[in-house]
Parts: sequence; C-alpha cells; structure tokens
Amino acid sequence: MKRSIAPVFWLLFGVGGMLSALTGPALVLITGLAAPTGIGASPDFMSFARATAFAQHPLGKLILFSVIAFFIWHGVERIYLTLRDMHVGGRLTLMWICYGAAGALTIVTVGALAIVGF
Amino acid sequence: MRGPRPYMRPAESLWWAHPPYLAYTLREATGVAVAGYALVLLTGLISLASGEVAYDAWLGFLKSPWSLALHLLFFIGMIAHVWSWFQIMPKTMPRFVIGGRILPQNWITAAGLVVAMVAFIVTLVVAGWMQA
Repeated sequence: MKRSIAPVFWLLFGVGGMLSALTGPALVLITGLAAPTGIGASPDFMSFARATAFAQHPLGKLILFSVIAFFIWHGVERIYLTLRDMHVGGRLTLMWICYGAAGALTIVTVGALAIVGF
Repeated sequence: MRGPRPYMRPAESLWWAHPPYLAYTLREATGVAVAGYALVLLTGLISLASGEVAYDAWLGFLKSPWSLALHLLFFIGMIAHVWSWFQIMPKTMPRFVIGGRILPQNWITAAGLVVAMVAFIVTLVVAGWMQA
C-alpha cells in the first residue's frame, strides 16, 4: 500500500495550531494593535533599527521563522480541507495550490531572513 | 472506462453556510486569520529586508484604520482558534487515565485554556521586557 503524505501536513498543522493557540492572540495584540497605536507600547517598539536587530539575532530569526511558517502551514491545512469539502476543486489541484503556496512562502521567509543579515 | 462509482448523497452546494455545518465552517475560518496574520508579518519581514523606506511604508500601513480593523478581526479569529483548539484537543489525544479513571474531556480543555492564558501573559511580559 502506498504511504500517505498526509501525516506530514497534519504535523505542520498541529505545530502551527499549538504555537498560534499559545502566542497568536498576544502577538496580534502587540504587533498589530499596541505598537501601531502606541497604546501600551513605545512608538519606536518596531522601529527599523529595533526590527533589524531582532531579525539579525539568531533567536529573533528562529521566532520569526517559526511564527510565519508554522502559522501559514496551520492555516493552509484548514483552508485546503474546507475548500475540498466545499467541492471548490479537485483534491490534487487544491493540494498543489494550497501546499504549493505554503511551501513557496516558507522559502520566501527563509530568503528574507537571510537577506536581513546576521 | 467503468471504474467504481460510489454513491454520492446529493448535497446542497452551500451546505457549509447553514447550521449545523456553519459552526465547523467558522472554526475552519480561524485558519484564515492565523495564516493572514502570518502574511502581514511576512510582508513586514520582506520590507525589512528591502530597506528602511520600504519598512517605514509597512509601518505606515500598520497604522492605517484598515490594518487596525484587520488586526481586530485577526484577534477575534485567534481567540476563537484558541477556544476551539482546546475543545478539540481531548478528542484527538489518547485517553488520559489516572488511577484507573479516565480524565474527563472538559478537564483537559480547561487545563489547555489555563496554559493558553499563562502563555498569553508570558508573551506580553516578554514583549514588555524587550521594550525596556
């Protein structure tokens, strides 16, 4: 019997699901609401200099990669399964589009983290 | 070619937009919030890699009412995700047996929600500590 590739995507879904359940609400609050409005955060919290220093630090890189890549793989699994259940397209077509997009965005994340420098 | 033709029960095409399936659809829609937030961060990271002008433009977008409204939606989606994630958890993990008795599912859900709340506070504290 041919082995299924599904467990790989379920694992990525699970890692992203747990990571976003634990940190997601706080991160949205910090980067999307507090920092831009300056409510509860200093105006230069996400300044170019600070963000560059964060993205150049190995731990900062790990955090940025984990949050971006795993959140995307988590969301994409849900989107893929829902679109399949909605009969939007064929199974293989949807797989290629959804997982393909997630894979491409993961590579872009790695590339951007490399360009930011060390 | 006459392959097997499994019986497909006729279903309304918009079945997912009506109860009881609507609850499942909304739960799955939290994935759009989680991935959408990651996309916003990724555009920020790309603009950071492109230089200060691009990054400041991204910061400007974050300050726009559109972005604030979007992040408010993301926040609601994230909270719904946290809630449903720990409702599902006891159903997807092996049964937890303590002293010959099965740990009730809602205990596992409650424990997960407590951990999520602690993680929420810890993340805010770490961010505040980074700011100092």
